[in-house]
Amino acid sequence: MIVYGVALLSACLILGMLLGEALGVALNVEANVGGVGIAMLFLVLASNSDRFKSLVEGASGAGIQFWSAMYIPIVVAMAARQNVVAAFEGGMLAVVAGVAAVIVSFALVPVISKIGSSKVSTGEKQ
Amino acid sequence: MEILETVFVRNSLVVAFAVIGITIWLSYFLADRLTQGRIHGSAIAIALGLVAAYFGGRATGGSTGVADITLLGGIGLMGGGMMRDFAIVATAFGVKLSELKKAGMAGVISIFAGVVVSFTVGAVVAVLYGYTDPVAVTTIGAGAVTYIVGPVTGSALGAESDIVALSVAAGLIKSILVMIGTPMVAKSIGLDNPRSAMVFGGLMGTTSGVAAGLAATNPKLVPYGAMTATFYTGVGCLLGPSILFFIVNAVL
Repeated sequence: MIVYGVALLSACLILGMLLGEALGVALNVEANVGGVGIAMLFLVLASNSDRFKSLVEGASGAGIQFWSAMYIPIVVAMAARQNVVAAFEGGMLAVVAGVAAVIVSFALVPVISKIGSSKVSTGEKQ
Repeated sequence: MEILETVFVRNSLVVAFAVIGITIWLSYFLADRLTQGRIHGSAIAIALGLVAAYFGGRATGGSTGVADITLLGGIGLMGGGMMRDFAIVATAFGVKLSELKKAGMAGVISIFAGVVVSFTVGAVVAVLYGYTDPVAVTTIGAGAVTYIVGPVTGSALGAESDIVALSVAAGLIKSILVMIGTPMVAKSIGLDNPRSAMVFGGLMGTTSGVAAGLAATNPKLVPYGAMTATFYTGVGCLLGPSILFFIVNAVL
């Protein structure tokens, strides 16, 4: 049943959101801390485990795959509802701060990826 | 006209599915014909979405782009936080646990490095523009983290509303630039495997930017980047009004 997969996906998201919200309260932060990330971990664990096999295979799996495939259309809709006008009305300071932050962060991607991978490879040698 | 409006408003989400479907068809057509597939169709679709959001915002004066146009209200629901998170989580289906473990440490480092680096850049720019009040500098720096961390930090520190608006604008610029820029720089920053995607998500942090940028680069990388990115805003909200503010306060 397709709805079983959809229900599993929903359960993962709600559980993750609850934990993220609780984490936010515990850390005294006005935000959901990693709720979506935690939900994704749940779904990865469920889809790699034997116990949930009936919920992730066949038609049930198709229910999850459908939403995974709807991801790009949803992102396009998300782009279409951004406050682009406000972004440009913030003036030069906002533009400079935003652009500079992105450029520096882009430049750090290869640096930190390398740190991670060298650590992993030395770990494997030991 | 009245009939049209009644039907469109009553079925707003269905209208959104149709409109977005047509937009994506058009984008893939353009990607194929005009760029011979060099620019990914989804990158064009996202750019079209942003352009439409600009004109929608200009026409209506609202804050949710195209979704403020009565006939297209459903786009607000389709592209809202609930559907976005639902679809992002669904992309984790099929992710291998071993890939996550391999990138785990680099992913965690990247989240903290990303928050601190973006904050520092934003704060330095604020100082260069003549701001000396630690609250204002911290709020603008936090805006360069994400457009959620900015206002959260600003309200925690009691910043003026124009400073908060500036921090939101900085965060929005960042998010839009990540959406558009990622496919262009992907090759030169080595963004072609799960590990670098997780680092990328942790460094950029803007969930919408990372989600769209990776979708336009290689949809297979989306779950890895999105997973780290969703922790970023939380870490930013944690560090912004606390440690980062104390540091700014001590320096200025």
